[in-house]
Amino acid sequence: MQTAKTLKEYRKELRESLDNEFLREAMDKFATAYPVSRANAFRGLDEKAMIAEVADAKDAAAKNMDALYAQFKAEAEKRGVKVHMAKDAAEANEIIARIAKNSNCKKIVKSKSMTAEETLLNHRLEDDGLEVIETDLGEWIIQLRHEGPTHMVMPAIHLSRYQVADLFSEVTKQKQEVDIQRLVKVARRELRQHFATADMGISGANFAIAESGTIGLVTNEGNARLVTTLPRVHVALCGLDKLTPSLNDALKSLRVLPRNATGQAITSYVTWITGANECKAAADEKKEMHIVFLDNGRRALAQDPLFSQVMRCVRCGACANVCPVYRLVGGHKMGHIYIGAIGLILTYFFHGKDKARNLVQNCINCESCKSICAGGIDLPRLIKEIRARLSEEDGAPVEATLLGKVLKNRKLFHTLLRFGKFAQKPVTGGTPYLRHLPQMFMKDHGFRALPAIADKAFRDEWETIRPRVSNAKLRVALFSGCVQDFVYPEQMKAAVKVLASRGVEMDFPMDQSCCGLPVQMMAERQATIDVARQNVMAFDAAKYDYILTLCASCASHLKEGYPNILAGQQDMAGKVKLFSSKIIDFSSFVHDVLGMTADDFKGKGEKVAYHSSCHLCRGLGVVEQPRALIASSGSEYCPAQEEAVCCGFGGTFSMKFPELSKELLDKKLNNAEATGATRMVADCPGCIMQIRGGAEKRGSRMRVGHIAELLAENLK
Amino acid sequence: MSATNDLARLMREKAEAVGATVVELKNLKEAFAYALDVCDKKEACQLLVSGCEEKLSDKAEALCETKQEKVVAAPNLSEDEYAAFSALCAERGVKCIREGLRGHLAGIDIGVAHADMAIAETGTCVIDSTSEELRLSSMISEIHMAILPKSRIKATAFDAEREVNALINTGTPRYTAFITGPSRTADIERVLAIGVHGPLELHILMLED
Ligand code: SF4
Ligand code: SF4
Repeated sequence: MQTAKTLKEYRKELRESLDNEFLREAMDKFATAYPVSRANAFRGLDEKAMIAEVADAKDAAAKNMDALYAQFKAEAEKRGVKVHMAKDAAEANEIIARIAKNSNCKKIVKSKSMTAEETLLNHRLEDDGLEVIETDLGEWIIQLRHEGPTHMVMPAIHLSRYQVADLFSEVTKQKQEVDIQRLVKVARRELRQHFATADMGISGANFAIAESGTIGLVTNEGNARLVTTLPRVHVALCGLDKLTPSLNDALKSLRVLPRNATGQAITSYVTWITGANECKAAADEKKEMHIVFLDNGRRALAQDPLFSQVMRCVRCGACANVCPVYRLVGGHKMGHIYIGAIGLILTYFFHGKDKARNLVQNCINCESCKSICAGGIDLPRLIKEIRARLSEEDGAPVEATLLGKVLKNRKLFHTLLRFGKFAQKPVTGGTPYLRHLPQMFMKDHGFRALPAIADKAFRDEWETIRPRVSNAKLRVALFSGCVQDFVYPEQMKAAVKVLASRGVEMDFPMDQSCCGLPVQMMAERQATIDVARQNVMAFDAAKYDYILTLCASCASHLKEGYPNILAGQQDMAGKVKLFSSKIIDFSSFVHDVLGMTADDFKGKGEKVAYHSSCHLCRGLGVVEQPRALIASSGSEYCPAQEEAVCCGFGGTFSMKFPELSKELLDKKLNNAEATGATRMVADCPGCIMQIRGGAEKRGSRMRVGHIAELLAENLK
Repeated sequence: MSATNDLARLMREKAEAVGATVVELKNLKEAFAYALDVCDKKEACQLLVSGCEEKLSDKAEALCETKQEKVVAAPNLSEDEYAAFSALCAERGVKCIREGLRGHLAGIDIGVAHADMAIAETGTCVIDSTSEELRLSSMISEIHMAILPKSRIKATAFDAEREVNALINTGTPRYTAFITGPSRTADIERVLAIGVHGPLELHILMLED
């Protein structure tokens, strides 16, 4: 459970996680093993289509939530179940405590339920003097340790076998050996007696099928079967989002959930409970069964035009599994109760903005979660939106407002950048790096060298270097983004050289400005919109075959982000659609449009590693083109481990969480250097700034640059 | 016929991939014999695999001690089938029951049950578990055996959907189980461990019909 009140406190907690060696190692292992088992589980299946079916079914169910509830209630009650509705966590806990009291229950066994974690049910029941025992192995372990879960599917992933052995020694008052297989058997026996003597069983529900009043439980251990069978009373606590019209819809989710969660085609047990079944422990041999539905904001959320997609979540936990930040800091720092990308979002809605304020900053916007979500939820977009809401509600931090103001005025912004060139003079020591970091950055930012602002911005050179082309077949407008315009103009020039070799006519519209992603990351909603408008207006998109950018983050923001950002602006509708449709990244343009091949280059056989930028490979789905181009350039492409894992830049993220940024960067460099490459290229100047700065700092023999530079150098 | 065999092959492959044992037998008689052979071979100390040899707290230990002889349960056999099976058990000196499973919560050796159908794609057995005795026998047995006529194997969950629906939606209370392999956990260091709460082994006895 994440409880820090200020960003400073939160960062201190993060530091503790980073220093926890066992956690780091466990997380690294998991992060590398998970994608492999997930890919195996989906092999030969149309993953995207399966996810889209889940999304559609869940969207329809969310829209129809009230009717489905009424139908479920009627069907379940026909079959002897009492169905309750709780408007919030306290009411749910109250209902369950009352059932326990009325039915004279003393001892309760529980199977895993994130919803019960959400309401902090155990605390409430224990306050009433009830004995509550978690029976899922991981949940039992963390219950004994008085902790919250660190993963939605593997709640005790942060603990080692040694810690578990110590814990079990304490519980059994016998020294237990450090052997996982034996520890599991100890739990089996210890917990069996509790099943045998409990009065009440509490479960969650993965599905609530309205048509038949059936709940579905998805488990591996088999404890949920015992929980729902042995005690005379059964209470299922279930979020309203679990309602689904038919078995068919449930089966659709069931096809994706285990594959996404643990790489299993299906879990060991899927249990469908319809009505109050036979129970020989009850006086009349019939189970006393209750189903408590929890609203806690779900009904309102289901009506929200943007956030209703949150209701698609099947709680597979995968958005944590692939999150580079989760991997570094673990679940206790990545959600209040719910964990991972969805945890950041649900914390805001279920547990309030005080708990969410710092958490939602801790997303690097790498889109890994979005690309694998079982419900196809656009998680990073929702996280950014929550930041925007929070800063509207609470007021934005000074830097954000200031940057927002500056960006809205392109001329002022560019003047400041040009001015920066003079201001930095004393600290560059005549090199392209800031040799001494300005005081405000001193402490935590020394892990990478920061680049200096170039002598001459690309825009200021454009008229002199612009190639004059006649009879061009392709007309392209260049979008530079701030970094390439003012820090790395040489990357732009390299691209111009490559394009000119094929007779492409190029324009550089001067009214273009920052794409606006940095202010969006800082939650400046109005500035985000204003800058987007300005850029769309700066380009007469109809005049060009393509609008080309060398920056993957800009490309993905212009292509995928702008239509959302400008969705409310009637006058822009047609323009933004045309604009976005023309956006293309450098590698795709050179490979797919120009069709350049090995014939165009004379390589030197240099060993080149590649960094697959988040916004290129996931944001735009561009995977093969740059790798093919490296090979075509006559270089030797050296595949590195985890090429598609974030470098840790994330724009403003690296400013806010330098300690996390550093860890990600170290991993990136280690993996690349391990290939023996002498050069590393990427498709994004932000990534290059990060990686090159790290390489410079550690004195790496690897040169780091843009793929355009590699191609330009090797042109025939 | 060959479609049935293809499904049986897929069922075997997928079930074995998740740690189930799959045997192909001619008829019920062979299935009973197989169950008892496994029971015979299951040495007394094998029972200990489920945790009896571990050092436990006194209360858990007490529950363990209630279990002494080998017990098999077969709650969903028909009268005739049960008569035949229990006679075989008697011959081999094994106690055979079909009710009163709550008296055996420390565990039984083998639970035998007819499966209603199976889903080949995932290696899953579908068992109507509305009877509490049957439910318990499939939960507390150390080895659970599902008897499955090959003709009852469906390709996917969606091919089984109509019949599953007929099981769960009858207007009366129902308890329906999809069972795929033995009980498992990876909750400690993500290391796979079998038999945390349910059976340590799942055997699927596929019969020619
Ligand atoms: S948000 Fe998506 S990936 Fe995350 S737990 Fe929910 S369904 Fe799984
Ligand atoms: S976008 Fe990346 S950093 Fe943000 S929550 Fe998703 S996976 Fe984590």
